[in-house]
Amino acid sequence: MDDTLFEFLHSEVVNYVVDVTNKDNKDEDLSNLEYIGFSVGYKIIERLTREMPRFKDELDMMKFICTDFWSAVYKKQIDNLRTNHQGVYVLQDNGFKFLTKMSNGKQYLELAPRYVAFTCGVIRGSLANIGINCLVTAEVQNMPACKFHIQVQRT
Amino acid sequence: MAVCAAIIGKDNSPKYFTCLNPDEELIFQYKVLSSLDVIEEKLNTGNKTGSDLRELYLGMLYSLERHKVYGYVTNTKIKFVIVIDSTNTSLRDNEIRSMFRKLHSIYTDNVCNPFYIPDEPITSKSFDKNVKLIISGV
Repeated sequence: MDDTLFEFLHSEVVNYVVDVTNKDNKDEDLSNLEYIGFSVGYKIIERLTREMPRFKDELDMMKFICTDFWSAVYKKQIDNLRTNHQGVYVLQDNGFKFLTKMSNGKQYLELAPRYVAFTCGVIRGSLANIGINCLVTAEVQNMPACKFHIQVQRT
Repeated sequence: MAVCAAIIGKDNSPKYFTCLNPDEELIFQYKVLSSLDVIEEKLNTGNKTGSDLRELYLGMLYSLERHKVYGYVTNTKIKFVIVIDSTNTSLRDNEIRSMFRKLHSIYTDNVCNPFYIPDEPITSKSFDKNVKLIISGV
């Protein structure tokens, strides 16, 4: 039940943000949506890490995001985590929750960015709160699968 | 029970401070802030040895003539400090641990308050009330 609520609320938020920002400019501006995600992630991580032992390093934090964090928010784990050990991480979800109900292929592909922007923000916000500054982008090639690219900002 | 509790943010700026006797507040602020160095030291040595010190609770940071200072650091680098009157010998380590746990739990609830802006000092009255209940050991 609470899953459905979250999904519907999310799609309404997407609709609203797209509606408001599309009035005057042609280019779609999803930064508001991303920022909403950022504050959600920033707060949610505070609660999720409460009973956790301290993280060892960056990879440990990423593993946490892929397992515990993802299951708490999307009720499944990330299917694949890859890294070049130089601050770039790729998280692949083969059945991303917000996309599974939409299509099973390339239909509606042009609308996919709207539905992943919030999640990019959530990832960025939660990492920011545990001390990693990063850029998060998403890539959707074939619909319910989605890849999140995390680029850690050093210095 | 505890005579003073403080919450310090990521960047070592104080977020919240309370103590039982308002007259002594300045002295306690000084004690709490000087304990930050000890916390930092503990965190850094923990990183080098790896598995050591994975727990959020840091134990006693240092003891003064009349007081003992205890620390706790969350995964999000928020520091909690509690000062205990050292004449109070009945207080066991476990009780202090549970005090920190309660403090952490109400802190996370406070962060989830949509009106609270992260990294700002905490001004919520209900938060203040709850902290006072915890440190007075009710």
